[in-house]
Amino acid sequence: MNRISEAFRGHKAFVAYLTAGDPDLGSTRTFIRTLADAGADILEIGLPFSDPIAEGPDIQAAHLRALSSGMTLDKLFGTILSLQGDISVPLVFMTYLNPVLQYGYGAFFARCEECGVEGVIIPDLPFEERGEILDFTQKHNVALIPLIAPTSGGRTAQIAAAAEGYVYLVSSLGVTGARQTITENIPALVAEIRAHTDVPVAVGFGIHKPDQAKEIARHADGVIVGSAIVRLIAEYGADAAPRLSAYVGEMKEAMRRE
Amino acid sequence: MNDAKTKTRNGRFGNYGGQYVPETLMHALADLERSYTEYKYDRKFNEELDYLLNEYAGRPSRLYFAENMTKDLNGAKIYLKREDLNHTGSHKINNVLGQVLLAKRMGKTRVIAETGAGQHGVATATAAALLGLECLIFMGKEDTDRQALNVYRMRLLGAEVRAVTAGTMTLKDAVNETMREWTRRVSDTHYVLGSVMGPHPFPTIVRDFQSVIGREAKAQLYEKEGKLPAAVIACVGGGSNAIGAFYHFINDKGVRLIGCEAAGLGLGTERHAATVSKGRVGVFHGMKSYFCQDDAGQISPVYSISAGLDYPGIGPEHAWLHDSGRAEYVPVTDGEAVAAFDYLSKTEGIIPAVESAHAVAHVRRIAGALPKDECIILCLSGRGDKDVASIARHRGEDIHE
Repeated sequence: MNRISEAFRGHKAFVAYLTAGDPDLGSTRTFIRTLADAGADILEIGLPFSDPIAEGPDIQAAHLRALSSGMTLDKLFGTILSLQGDISVPLVFMTYLNPVLQYGYGAFFARCEECGVEGVIIPDLPFEERGEILDFTQKHNVALIPLIAPTSGGRTAQIAAAAEGYVYLVSSLGVTGARQTITENIPALVAEIRAHTDVPVAVGFGIHKPDQAKEIARHADGVIVGSAIVRLIAEYGADAAPRLSAYVGEMKEAMRRE
Repeated sequence: MNDAKTKTRNGRFGNYGGQYVPETLMHALADLERSYTEYKYDRKFNEELDYLLNEYAGRPSRLYFAENMTKDLNGAKIYLKREDLNHTGSHKINNVLGQVLLAKRMGKTRVIAETGAGQHGVATATAAALLGLECLIFMGKEDTDRQALNVYRMRLLGAEVRAVTAGTMTLKDAVNETMREWTRRVSDTHYVLGSVMGPHPFPTIVRDFQSVIGREAKAQLYEKEGKLPAAVIACVGGGSNAIGAFYHFINDKGVRLIGCEAAGLGLGTERHAATVSKGRVGVFHGMKSYFCQDDAGQISPVYSISAGLDYPGIGPEHAWLHDSGRAEYVPVTDGEAVAAFDYLSKTEGIIPAVESAHAVAHVRRIAGALPKDECIILCLSGRGDKDVASIARHRGEDIHE
């Protein structure tokens, strides 16, 4: 778990999301390197699901592209294993619970540990249901990264207190996807979380422009960007690498100037 | 368990149920649970609900002795629980009046809902019109085509209908989109879930509101026959009319509870929605239950001639009733359902919803083998007006609605 906390040390972290297998697994392998080389501090790798209820149209489409490319969990684990030693950026999986349940909790988290995947984010596994997998994540040293939302209210304290890796603070109501404005009171939400935990707080949902990243980075420990990256992949397909590299550079630069 | 009636423990039925939803919704679910627990035993709330169920929706629904069908099948006496005679034409109104009334008490000004065949959407639009709430209905694009009349009906009632073009464009996708909409706008909006599915407390709330079906039917049969039925039979998609019919008989161990799921073109094909027969335990739409899915846990596209049964999951209480052996779940194909649709129309002069026709089909299979002094309660969950055009199309006839 140390590489995740290391990623936040001394600077604000840029957390990049992409969907595994979009448009194909070979491209995902390339993009992981590209994003890491461009300065992404943590990579969230989304495992495609037929019915991703927390996602907006961009990431929904990415999941469908990935599924039709024939991506499987075993192939993905193989790809990630082959990158070990090649990249030093910490990897985190973002997945719905059902594919993990069908793979087998024990087998899935053992494979995560073996491949160096250090954290997991499961949007449809709220705090009350985390007992479902907690024994397995702990046994295999995979951080269970919780989400906290603007509606969490009185739930924030217990979720934050149990957080591992980092806290994924959901910036806005609704699903993932680029937004023109982030309307929630991020500084107050971050302060509330920090009252209950020392793990870093990264903010995601809707952030896509450098000035948004800069503003969020003033208050939080990290900025999570998904849909904007996925859109570049949707537009440029297997040739997206230079675009991704330029985009991450731009966002990192904005966060440094903070 | 000493008590065979399924107990809700932390929103669970045995191992099934739970709350597998995004964090954004957890606060709303807690609010809903708190409010429901409060109003469930509130005298004024219940008086108002009873008033609406009786005076507005037409309850109690009749328990009709289907004499022609009984003679024809030459076995157990067949009683039809006539949910098709309710206002809006199906059992859906029972749940909707309860939930919309609850939403109003909670201070919500807007309701959203998914719909498959359109029955739940029409019922929700109706209750919203009656009680003065804004209403938005999500319906798969394929279903808006199959059930164009119901779409227009909802619009007449003042609701906005949004066609969902994601995924398979059917009920499952309508649920996805309604959940997404709820995460977008949760403070003034209640999600009127239409079946005994989704995250806790929905499976319990919907079951409680639908259990009026079995409570009435039990008393009505006692009055007519002085005894319990040998079997209670209902169709199952998510399973709300079935659990409503079953619930008050769960402790009566001698009563067989039989749910009829949609086998589409047959269990040997990929084109079915037979969740218990062909599904595996999984987590989806906020609950742990049985789902049609592939080996990797991707939810399978399902199919049935009936839009209301065209769903890849089943409510968690049904999953538990199945595992515990208390209820049986049997597959019924499109062909058997269409034949039963025809049969009930010609035999009793009652055109059933094609969903309910699945239950009629199973009664045709078993009634003859049961003694003549036994009774069967068949939950006729809805009427078939909405299906006339699609049944004609199924037979290669083109009629214009």
